[in-house]
Amino acid sequence: MQKIVQHLAAMAAVVLVGGLLSATLVRLAPGFGVDEQQLDARLSSESVQALRQARAGDRNLARFYLHYLGRALRGDLGESRTLNRPVRELLAQRLPVTARLVGLGLLAGWFCAVLLALGATMARRAACDLAATLLGAIFLSVPAAVLALLFVFANAPACLVIALVVFPKVFSYTRNLLAQSYDSPHLVTAYAKGVGPLRILLWHVLPVAGAQLLAVAGISVSIALGAAIPVEALCGIAGIGQLAWQAALGRDLPLLVNLTVLVTVITLAANWGSEFAGQSFRTSAA
Amino acid sequence: MRRVRQFAWLLLALVVLASLGAGLWAPADYAMQFRETPNSPPSHQHLLGTDELGRDRFSRVLYGTRVSLLMAPAAALLSTLLATLVGGIAGYLGGWWERAAMGATDLFLSMPWLFLLLAVRAMLPLNIAPITSVAVTFLLLGLLGWAASARVLCAGVRGLRDSDFVLQARASGLRGPRLLAIHVLPNLKPVLLAQFWISIPVFIISEANLGILGLGVSEPLPSWGSLLRELESFTSFGFEAWKLAPLVLLVLVVSSFQIILSRDEVYA
Repeated sequence: MQKIVQHLAAMAAVVLVGGLLSATLVRLAPGFGVDEQQLDARLSSESVQALRQARAGDRNLARFYLHYLGRALRGDLGESRTLNRPVRELLAQRLPVTARLVGLGLLAGWFCAVLLALGATMARRAACDLAATLLGAIFLSVPAAVLALLFVFANAPACLVIALVVFPKVFSYTRNLLAQSYDSPHLVTAYAKGVGPLRILLWHVLPVAGAQLLAVAGISVSIALGAAIPVEALCGIAGIGQLAWQAALGRDLPLLVNLTVLVTVITLAANWGSEFAGQSFRTSAA
Repeated sequence: MRRVRQFAWLLLALVVLASLGAGLWAPADYAMQFRETPNSPPSHQHLLGTDELGRDRFSRVLYGTRVSLLMAPAAALLSTLLATLVGGIAGYLGGWWERAAMGATDLFLSMPWLFLLLAVRAMLPLNIAPITSVAVTFLLLGLLGWAASARVLCAGVRGLRDSDFVLQARASGLRGPRLLAIHVLPNLKPVLLAQFWISIPVFIISEANLGILGLGVSEPLPSWGSLLRELESFTSFGFEAWKLAPLVLLVLVVSSFQIILSRDEVYA
């Protein structure tokens, strides 16, 4: 319970600091505080002055941050400059699309990585080791954006790009972890006593490696979310990755910083979730 | 596996040499337009054909390789220096300093890399001179890519700080920067080198991603990222395979880094 409270407090601190950094970015960005209305030729100089006065409060960074935070607590995340729509509405609309894409990609990537890592470890041949290293190196070397372009060309599902981005990292980590587990003395003894490979895997390898694999699950969420930007932008999927790209091209900082804070919170939650799951797994395995 | 590593080293050396001598063996300048032959297939005059503006693709690949292969190590050097500063000070001073520095590092690490890059890149003007765009792109990579290395270096310095020989040096009256320079930094050299080498392929891939998304190096200056943008108009593997040349080169170079690092990481 104490750990949960600690993690929640740390997450709140990250959101506050992230919010402050975001607000600072928005505040320092060129064009901040300039209202389009001020360019209206019909307005008198007094009216323009009044508009400037109304915006003057936001020039103080501390006051601006308090306003920003107050609005954020009420659920008002501001308005997108390029799309002219509330950021909250955009996030609510696009987050499920990205969640589905990333979720499917993670499932496919993990399934292939664990399966291949198990095969490569159990085969225990130099050729398998070499093939596995080369396969991992090649997939690690292709940018997610190129994979997305090739998948658009091949008319293949975009979630597979996420799977291919996640695959090499999970694969190499899982393979190393399994190789370490299989080399441990108690497993050598189990083999010598004639215990079957399936029983060894289920009873001796997975309980030990499982907790550490769960820790990688959290990291893979962050990798998949990062890959969602080029994938959604180039495959024309209306998720938060595409939104971030559009915001960057349009220099829509209010939208971009809110997206970054949101994605940071999701990543932190995923990391801590996997840490808790790993701990419970370790406890139940013991 | 040793032979594969030797081959990877050889390949890297060849690509680096070829790109450094781009001015010698490139048939044309990277920006020169042969307007009468746009989108032409490979020929004696244009080994990899021309792009839609009639620019010689082989020359652009050579110059683009030079930009990516010179700037990525420069960015890696910058990020390693920053990581040494943050991680080194945090690990050496310990206590509150270490907690604050590692808190900031965690914050950086919890932001997905591309989201962070996009957010900061969007702060800067997009319509800038090509040379400035190269500097901005790689400076950004160097300035934002220190966090993971800082964590490793902090752990390394912490271990050295509590070691017997550092304790003995302290007891002999050696303190502060002299202690760091004489006893800590030389012992950190393998970790620093490993972090530097690990960062290079990461930055090459990141620049390629940014370039394809239109947020990297500006035209007409080529880089692997901007060259790969051409794949957006790719229509056939059979008829336009030469358009894949920058991708093949990128995969070969980054794979070589990964293969070489697969051993070095173990030592680090």
